[in-house]
Amino acid sequence: MSSYEARFKVWRGDVQGGGLEDFKVEVNDGEVVLDIIHRLQATQAPDLAVRWNCKAGKCGSCSAEINGRPRLMCMTRMSVFDRAETITVTPLRAFPVVRDLVTDVGFNYTKAREVPSFVPPADLGPGEYRMMQEDVDRSQEFRKCIECFLCQDTCHVVRDHEENKTAFAGPRFLMRVAELDMHPLDAAQETGLDRKRTAQDEHGLGYCNITKCCTEVCPEGIKITDNALIPLKERAVDRKYDPLVWLGSKIRRRSS
Amino acid sequence: MSVVDRQEWDVVVVGAGGAGLRAAIEARESGARTAVICKSLFGKAHTVMAEGGIAAAMGNVNAGDNWQVHFRDTMRGGKFLNQWRMAELHAQEAPDRVWELETWGALFDRTKDGRISQRNFGGHEYPRLAHVGDRTGLELIRTLQQKIVSLQQEDHRETGDYESRLKVFQECTVTRVLKDGQRVSGVFGYERESGRFFVLEAPAVVIATGGIGKSFKVTSNSWEYTGDGHALALLAGAPLLNMEFVQFHPTGMVWPPSVKGILVTESVRGDGGVLRNSEGKRFMFDYIPDVFKEKYAESEEEGDRWYEDPDNNRRPPELLPRDEVARAINAEVKAGRGSPHGGVFLDVSTRMPAEVIRRRLPSMYHQFKELADVDITAEAMEVGPTCHYVMGGIAVESDTAAARGVPGLFAAGEVAGGMHGSNRLGGNSLSDLLVFGRRAGLHAARYAADLGARPPVDDAQVDLAAAEALRPFSAEVPPDDYPPENPYTLHQELQQTMHDLVGIIRRKAEMKQALGKLADLRVRARWAGVEGHRQFNPGWHLALDLRNMLLVSECIARAALERTESRGGHTREDYPAMDREWRRLNLLCRLADPSGELAASDPVSGQIELVRETTEPIRDDLLALFEKEELVKYLSEEEVVEPETEREGEGSREQL
Amino acid sequence: MATDTEPHLNSGGVRGGTRAAITAPHLRTDRWWLAPAATAAGLLAFVVYSTWRAFANADYYAAPYVSPFYSPCLAENCAEMRAGPNWDLFGSWWGISPAIIILIFPLGFRLTCYYYRKAYYRGFWASPPACAVAEPHKKYTGETRFPLVLQNIHRYFFYAALLVAGILTYDTVLAFRDESYQWGHMGLGTLVFLVNILLIWAYTLSCHSCRHIVGGKLKHFSKHPVRYRMWQFVGKLNARHMLLAWASLVSVALADFYVYLVASGAFDDPRFF
Repeated sequence: MSSYEARFKVWRGDVQGGGLEDFKVEVNDGEVVLDIIHRLQATQAPDLAVRWNCKAGKCGSCSAEINGRPRLMCMTRMSVFDRAETITVTPLRAFPVVRDLVTDVGFNYTKAREVPSFVPPADLGPGEYRMMQEDVDRSQEFRKCIECFLCQDTCHVVRDHEENKTAFAGPRFLMRVAELDMHPLDAAQETGLDRKRTAQDEHGLGYCNITKCCTEVCPEGIKITDNALIPLKERAVDRKYDPLVWLGSKIRRRSS
Repeated sequence: MSVVDRQEWDVVVVGAGGAGLRAAIEARESGARTAVICKSLFGKAHTVMAEGGIAAAMGNVNAGDNWQVHFRDTMRGGKFLNQWRMAELHAQEAPDRVWELETWGALFDRTKDGRISQRNFGGHEYPRLAHVGDRTGLELIRTLQQKIVSLQQEDHRETGDYESRLKVFQECTVTRVLKDGQRVSGVFGYERESGRFFVLEAPAVVIATGGIGKSFKVTSNSWEYTGDGHALALLAGAPLLNMEFVQFHPTGMVWPPSVKGILVTESVRGDGGVLRNSEGKRFMFDYIPDVFKEKYAESEEEGDRWYEDPDNNRRPPELLPRDEVARAINAEVKAGRGSPHGGVFLDVSTRMPAEVIRRRLPSMYHQFKELADVDITAEAMEVGPTCHYVMGGIAVESDTAAARGVPGLFAAGEVAGGMHGSNRLGGNSLSDLLVFGRRAGLHAARYAADLGARPPVDDAQVDLAAAEALRPFSAEVPPDDYPPENPYTLHQELQQTMHDLVGIIRRKAEMKQALGKLADLRVRARWAGVEGHRQFNPGWHLALDLRNMLLVSECIARAALERTESRGGHTREDYPAMDREWRRLNLLCRLADPSGELAASDPVSGQIELVRETTEPIRDDLLALFEKEELVKYLSEEEVVEPETEREGEGSREQL
Repeated sequence: MATDTEPHLNSGGVRGGTRAAITAPHLRTDRWWLAPAATAAGLLAFVVYSTWRAFANADYYAAPYVSPFYSPCLAENCAEMRAGPNWDLFGSWWGISPAIIILIFPLGFRLTCYYYRKAYYRGFWASPPACAVAEPHKKYTGETRFPLVLQNIHRYFFYAALLVAGILTYDTVLAFRDESYQWGHMGLGTLVFLVNILLIWAYTLSCHSCRHIVGGKLKHFSKHPVRYRMWQFVGKLNARHMLLAWASLVSVALADFYVYLVASGAFDDPRFF
């Protein structure tokens, strides 16, 4: 087993200020960036703050930016870097920093609350739900989301424009709207909630310019843009910009 | 002394995994103002790691399934040590709990006719596990999380405040349950982010903190699993039950070191993966215990035929219960027939085409590809046992999930003991979380509502708790010839001790040695100081968690030393057989000196005392679900003879 | 607490007040600029070429081939194409190149295409230049207002693109003639047209709007098995939308260039039979 000494720059500080701190640290075969951060904690910086949990890419806690790219620390193998390279680790740069690698991700929890929940169909009790696999496939893809918030972090709409945070839900929660709108038994429509319309009117779908960074960084490989955001935009078009569809639905409503 | 933020709630739930969230939902829906406290962010709990599914006898795939069959499987898996009433409630209520998830938006994989699909799993007689690919735990957590958000949206519509009736305090740790006499009066904790202390005053507290795996070196558990709930209950005066039973999952990754312990799902073997030693031999055929001889294949040919034709062939021994496989792997490695990194080989590459492997085991394929750079479609995996689950836990009343001896304290999920007996079946933990999470929430809310006046919080206890929490910043100076200590080193030594001396195979002398070592670590823990300040300081957090891990480890070691038999998740080299007399005996751990301050207690005598307790006999109608020939393997003569006459009647009723 | 519910309202992006204090607009060490630069260069090259050809108003017909830029040809000043796609809808008042009339449709289709939007937002507008690389703009409203809100009319351009693709298919059928309009012949140009029309169709059908219209808008696939199958087929093409966008862009330019070479006499169309 071969080990070597790697050079790291880790951002340390809090909302008052801070900077990149240099470290030299041992790296062994098969390790990931999170292992190195843990080694720093155990040997050089016991109070280095970092979030992590499962260490297997399933919980989405250890999100950070490694060499400027939003990634999960537990899924970034050291072997992808050149041994001579200095590896820079910073906290997510779209959210307020708390300390070191920990950021305040409250924005995401706020947005989660703004998306109206699943509306169960009135006429079906527990155990009576019947759904076909092909009807749940689409929403199931979106439910693979581990809420690491890397897509929210990388999305330039809020990353580069703090002021858009009020109006824009971010890819994760627009995808949640899509998930519910595609849920075969969601009864929102029956209760007067039009998810297609609110996607644009209340959750800021129009801010998305489909530049696909959310898809690029998703550790679960969810095709956020192609399968959630663009279909949602098309559904919003049905409601708001397509006179044919509008006319068709008027006529159908009259005749039925 | 210290000014701490105080709030009043009706029910406080400690832990936001499956059990905690389910309890919180039920408590809030029963009208209690409910607070949930969790160490991580909301939605990150260890439950997300569960892969296989939720066991519930819905009978969607095989109509022959019902709660009685599920109950039977659970008791067999636990080697009849289970609290049978819990196993009964669990089997009866699990289907309702799963269906309810659908009404909250969960999307399980479907059968052809649109129902929830169910899959086969070790120890379950019929396909029983409701699942979503291999990420069922994530679906469970997300569904509960979203249900909580939906309740908060309801509250927001009515009161203008999302958190008026249900609030999640994320990234907070509870260090003490506060009491008013015998009764619970609240909890004391700190915010991880700021280090600020807080008190939530509440007449009812539900503990749902999960397991203890972080006391072991090789574990599939996350950092949160430091036995907090177990320790909180102990310190509050509630006993822990059968802590010696720790499940080692047979297949965890062994290489690279950084991922050692991460789970390799049982489905790999279910789908045809075979175990081989360094000589290329399928060694499991040498390890079929006598009680299972008739149920498992004798030759590789027969085992291979089972995958295609399960009705006319017996299953391969790779699919023996987890404890058997774990012991076999352990024995092979000890005999020098292990793989280069100290495991054995688990191979699917020679058993299935690459395409099939990628389709059936997508997350395993990626896990090995991304973490170990191993292509499981082309080469064998290296696997070895990993600490996975603790069957023991807080002793609770079966129906109400109330902790024994402490009014107002409830427990559900992995932290509660009894349900799984000596060994848990795969899939039974997620259903356990839902069934008993709901019961704990319901009864906690009822208890709080019936109580009338709130128990007052004792300021002296708050001050003591604050002083205890601050101690790592002013750690004692070690005597002259001892070096100062660091919590990270102590944690590593603790894990090594438990791994080496109280691991899969246990011996009397080693466990005694472990107790000595634990006493030593307890003393040194008092010298473990931390640097920096209270804001998000992982060193400080670990120093506080060490108390819990030391307590729980001592429970495990003492109980394991006491139980002179081998059963399920407890294997004694010096007592290799199961002893029917021990089946009726539960071991309860209590704090030796409940009044004393922990740090001041004597290092030599330890902090835990054990009590033996005889269990209540299994109810006759439940016993009648088994054949007598099977019962005599587990139960003593008189237990079996007793219900004989009744069984005739019960049995025939069953026929109808 | 991490549960803070009020977003911090301060202006500025990654270098804003409450974010981790890092002055660099990005810390990427890879060649992140390569993709947007290559995209911009590729698109620019096409724009230059197509502008020249569209305004050239010459060398777009060499029997039996008509350049896809000039098909259908709808003005009186079009070159004579026997049974070809020239219908004099615009009359004689149209003085400039007839390509302009028709090019608006494929151009609009590509301009509002979800892939090309990504490409030029990144490549030309640097919004963002690459992932996690700060964009230079002070304000950003995305596609919420005029003019970019018009991107939502993409599906109308899709309908138009279907018509255009139909006409180009017709052109390709006509390409199975020889110079003297005899059927049953094939030359290198026919092959070029064939490849081009296949790519044009693949690109057109792989469109996100198309995917929505054929089935994506449905809530229950199980009740519409045929549309579900169509949706799946379009989905497979859609996964390669970027590739098809580029391939068809190149092929249409090549088809036009081939016609140019033959029409201008620089090259003689090799006949197979």
